[in-house]
Amino acid sequence: MKKTVQKPILAVGPFHPLQEEMEFFQLTLDGEIVTDIDMRISYNHRGIEKISETLQFDQVPFLVSRVCGICSASHPLAYVQAVEDIVGVQPPERALYVRTIINELERIHSHMLWVGLAGHFIGYDTVFMWAWKYREPVLDLLEEITGNRNNYGNVKVGGCREDIQDEIIPKMLKDIDLLEQKVEMLTKAVLDDPVLHVRLKGVGILSKEDAIAYAVAGPTARGSGIDIDVRHDDPYAAYSDLDWNVISQPEGDVFAKAVVRLLETLEAVKMIKEALNKLPKGPVAIEVKEIPPGEGCGRVEAPRGENFHYVRSDGGNRPIRHKIRAPSYVNVPSFRASCIGQHIADVTITLAAVDPCYSCTERLAVVDGHNNVSHDYETLLRMSREKTARIQKEIGAPELKLEDL
Amino acid sequence: MQQEELKNRLSEVKDKLVGIEQTTDDRIYLSCEAKNAYGVTRFLFEDLALRFVIATGIDSDDCFEILYHFSNDETGCIITVKAFIRNREKPSIESITPFLPGAEWIEREIHDLFGINFENHPNLRRLILADNWPEGVYPLRKEVKK
Repeated sequence: MKKTVQKPILAVGPFHPLQEEMEFFQLTLDGEIVTDIDMRISYNHRGIEKISETLQFDQVPFLVSRVCGICSASHPLAYVQAVEDIVGVQPPERALYVRTIINELERIHSHMLWVGLAGHFIGYDTVFMWAWKYREPVLDLLEEITGNRNNYGNVKVGGCREDIQDEIIPKMLKDIDLLEQKVEMLTKAVLDDPVLHVRLKGVGILSKEDAIAYAVAGPTARGSGIDIDVRHDDPYAAYSDLDWNVISQPEGDVFAKAVVRLLETLEAVKMIKEALNKLPKGPVAIEVKEIPPGEGCGRVEAPRGENFHYVRSDGGNRPIRHKIRAPSYVNVPSFRASCIGQHIADVTITLAAVDPCYSCTERLAVVDGHNNVSHDYETLLRMSREKTARIQKEIGAPELKLEDL
Repeated sequence: MQQEELKNRLSEVKDKLVGIEQTTDDRIYLSCEAKNAYGVTRFLFEDLALRFVIATGIDSDDCFEILYHFSNDETGCIITVKAFIRNREKPSIESITPFLPGAEWIEREIHDLFGINFENHPNLRRLILADNWPEGVYPLRKEVKK
């Protein structure tokens, strides 16, 4: 009789109930340790690059703002910068400031969303409630400026469609001041919390070498000690006029990525205040009539990392090729480096740490495989107890005895 | 690496290129034939330590183009390697995934959408197209209707 060896596979996805996004992770397990990970994507493939070739240059921003609801300011901006690269045109200064303000507001609401979800994924719902409560006024501000809480549709080739009205600036500054206090409080509370230290430090480490090999971007790279940031390295909009710092942390674990995002939120608040105070007078758009033949690249530091758009024109009114690279496309494959060897309970937050936000553990399937280690019930129970004891020791909790309960 | 040094180092692969074009201060396009793309990209990634951004496949009229975009984060310069694949019947190019794991997905995607074979790719499974998508239909080729 042919002997088959079984290995347990934990299926995460294809649809996760916490997030309205689809991705499928198959974790191969040895007890509680993840020994391999396989990813399947594209359950949400909409053929946007092909659709873009059928639209006119001025219609495409509305299409690409729907690539992602959260990054709905970054994608259109990267696209119009690519087209402006072809035309060789520079938008008016006020437009650059308006773009900066909207993109930084987007960064704040995206990072707050992540902090909340990260808390939720590790079962710390207080963080979730706080972060999402303070995120709400940011969306209100975006609605006030652009008319929409998401999908702002505010950039076009040559500038912006809508201006920030001077009358609402004092109110915006007041709201931003209030937000700053709340974000500072939340940052302190999160970074000083011993529970979060135990759950996030040393977990899901992505080393600097792996980060380079997988070509990761954004907070995922900056959390691994690589201080790349398009806003600083290839300045666009008004970033080179503003006073701000690139935040990076050397550790590479989930905690480092949380620190990067929280401190970046404070930097974003600082930038918005400065930009509102310095907002230049003048028009917000110039007219661009024809797109000459040629090719251009545009990139934007979206909340999750570098958004890259490549556009080629043949002189007609439609792009003949439009390539979109969102940051998760390079960040997600790095799970192979950060998840293998981790405990299953830590993989939940490691998969969320690059901010595509996935959790796990609904279904357990057993398939044929080549892993010749198998554990019986007693062994699994012992491993579970050993892990509990390890965590208790780490946080200095008193040892519990069965008779005390 | 500063811009001047970058340009000097690029001359080391000059014999593999058919053209160097600089559109603006921070956009450089290097053209080469498909057989030299592996050597040029490896030089950019390993010797010049540039960051790999992404690759773009394009169906040009007489050939396929693969554009490898690299970023020099010290100057904000994007260096794009354009590789021309002349054989439209059986398009094929050497995979860069063996030395650059970050390119695994995009090569699988281009394989799906353009039908270009990546030689020595460790895992050329479908990435983007659905399981029931017919074999041999490559949606980003020009002959596929919009």
